[in-house]
Amino acid sequence: MSQPASMAWLARHEIRLAWRDLLAMTTAGRRGRERGALILIAIAVVGLHFLAWGMLRGTPRQSPYDQWISVTAMLVLPVSLMVSQAMESVTRAFYSRSDLDLIVSSPASIRRLFAVRVGAIAASTTLLSLLLGAPFVNVLAATDHPGWLAAYPVLVAIGGVATVLALSVTIALFRLIGARRTRLAAQIVAALVGASFIIGIQLAAISSMGTLSRMAFLKSDAVRAILPDAQSVFWYPARAMVGEALPLAAVLIVASLAFAAAIFAYSGGFADKVIAAAGINQSGRARIARQRDFRRQSIRAALRRKEWKLLARDHWLISQTLMQVFYLVPPAFMLWKGFGSSGALSAVVVPVLVMAAGQLAGGLAWLAISGEDAPELVATAPVTPGMILRAKIEAVLGALAFMMMPILAVLAWTAPFEALICFAGVAAAGVSATMIQLWFRSQAKRSNFRRRQTSSRVATFAEAFSSIFWAGAAALAAFGSWFALAFAGAAIVVLFAARALRAAPAGEFV
Amino acid sequence: MGTNALEITDLHKRFDRPAVCGLTMAVRPGEFYALLGPNGAGKTTSLKMVAGLLRPDSGAISVFGHDALRDPVSAKRITAWVPDEPMIYDRLTPLEYLEFVAGLWAIDARLAHEEAHRLLDWLKLAPHAHERCEGFSRGMRQKVALAGALIHQPRLIILDEPLTGLDAASARQVKEVLKERVATGATVIMTTHILEVAERMAERIGVIAHGRLVAEGTLGELRTRAGKGQGTLEEVFLDIVSEETPQETAASKVGAA
Repeated sequence: MSQPASMAWLARHEIRLAWRDLLAMTTAGRRGRERGALILIAIAVVGLHFLAWGMLRGTPRQSPYDQWISVTAMLVLPVSLMVSQAMESVTRAFYSRSDLDLIVSSPASIRRLFAVRVGAIAASTTLLSLLLGAPFVNVLAATDHPGWLAAYPVLVAIGGVATVLALSVTIALFRLIGARRTRLAAQIVAALVGASFIIGIQLAAISSMGTLSRMAFLKSDAVRAILPDAQSVFWYPARAMVGEALPLAAVLIVASLAFAAAIFAYSGGFADKVIAAAGINQSGRARIARQRDFRRQSIRAALRRKEWKLLARDHWLISQTLMQVFYLVPPAFMLWKGFGSSGALSAVVVPVLVMAAGQLAGGLAWLAISGEDAPELVATAPVTPGMILRAKIEAVLGALAFMMMPILAVLAWTAPFEALICFAGVAAAGVSATMIQLWFRSQAKRSNFRRRQTSSRVATFAEAFSSIFWAGAAALAAFGSWFALAFAGAAIVVLFAARALRAAPAGEFV
Repeated sequence: MGTNALEITDLHKRFDRPAVCGLTMAVRPGEFYALLGPNGAGKTTSLKMVAGLLRPDSGAISVFGHDALRDPVSAKRITAWVPDEPMIYDRLTPLEYLEFVAGLWAIDARLAHEEAHRLLDWLKLAPHAHERCEGFSRGMRQKVALAGALIHQPRLIILDEPLTGLDAASARQVKEVLKERVATGATVIMTTHILEVAERMAERIGVIAHGRLVAEGTLGELRTRAGKGQGTLEEVFLDIVSEETPQETAASKVGAA
């Protein structure tokens, strides 16, 4: 048994909470579903291995240097996502109170708590990349050479370094701009980091080669000319991934030292940061909103305005939606560059916009419909439940229109037909995601937004598949293909299925 | 005889087990009515059904003659509900919250604005009118919720444990606000576990146990019923409730021994 409040004891506490969280997420919080969840995970793992095998099969053998370029290019996505995810987790570690009040007010060592929390962030940050990368690593180890198994410790090392980077940036922001602004700034930086590597390379590819393919761009002669030579340490992560001993040892040692140094350097100030972050909610000084007269407004307008105000003031919404918005940048840039060959627009811009609209609408709809912090107030108002829901739907679609319309307007200028199709797709995906959230609404605090997927697996999958099918339908329609009707039909089938499977309404009126 | 402020007839509601079993009661207009009962007696469930937050399995509810089940909108227009846990929006200021509530009840914007300022002054929230509610204490949040309940001048005000967790000053303010509303003709129904408050403020007291009204009347009438001539409400209440739960009382006595 570990000593109470020791590092091992705190770690066990964190692991237990993380395990129960994971269980709740995979089983949607319902007991007795563990076996079903395990079977589903096993099927997904096998499916992902087949997918990886299909993607890697027939890949021509490359020279070591070309292979390093490929591996480095492939690492860009997990690295940027890991840094982004770690930044968001670090920000939450400072600002989300949960059990911090209890632990900080106890005589337990805050340094130990910090070390354990940072370790937990590194672990959770690495886990997703490990899960997604494992099928590819395993297939490569089986079909190419076993050295590829070294990718596992390398991904863990990269997760550690990503956490160190995230910690450094967040603490630097804390020092530079203070606790209040850091919460917002850190989320923006996290979203930017998450999207910027991929978007940056895509923008460069669009500018120089007229393609969205990162790999073609990175292997072009122009890029090769500026890449470091084969002896450079720049290639160490890629060489470590393929199992070269010296680079592997170097990567692991550097990552371990960086991680230990960060914990040593930053743990002392953790309590101060936590206390500073706690203070920002207590002071209303900087959150003053001046208002003179009440507006003359209808009941629906009052509800819509309330939803928009809360969306605009949501501390955590940025990190949830900004990345989706950032991924709209390359298509928008393509439009701006006048790349507007109809084929490129149909293949890239239209489905990306439609997909983004569906995802955005799903999140906003959850916040407006399920994430109501004063449900009893709204339910006791002298309005019919139908009117309340209509107003909330209008608020969601209004917010979606606010974000999508500028891009659609530019698209309409460049390619009116594609714009029309895209508008229809955005509307269909947005309305579908909103309807799904409506059918599967369950009362929750807005602060539970990140866990919204756990309330209903059916809703989560229905939302994703409806967006995918609408995106496909829009892309095919823009190409002038009648197969668009098949995709639209599939989206409608998803909606009907979701409606049929919706949870039975509880005894409440709203 | 005039229309009652609230009439509940043979109300039933069952969750996993029966929560309200044939509740029948009436509250007169302009009355301050305290609803007492042990934990799990069915007080909150009953009042939530009156406020339109839960659908009864059977029975009838009438608010000033409006059928609250068939025409809930008319009943809600003249009713206010204040839950035990103040539900307000952290990211709205009290004034923005009141503007929103006024919008929901379709109150004239000018009148609502004046009333909002009056209420905020009265509840000593005026200095915080433009601050977001996220840093407010429980007492301040409860007062914001109360202001929201009063801004549309409801004829029936239902409060579920409104004084829980409030400091002495906040509790006193809330009590004064409620007394003033009753003086101007509003009807107040309040559940509370603070029996001294019910004793001092309520004109009539109803006691619920096991989802049924087991006693009702003025404090004097309840004393007579319980055979406690000069007893406090606490003694009377415990006596009435123990009559209704003989096995539990016996068990607890055995346990205590």
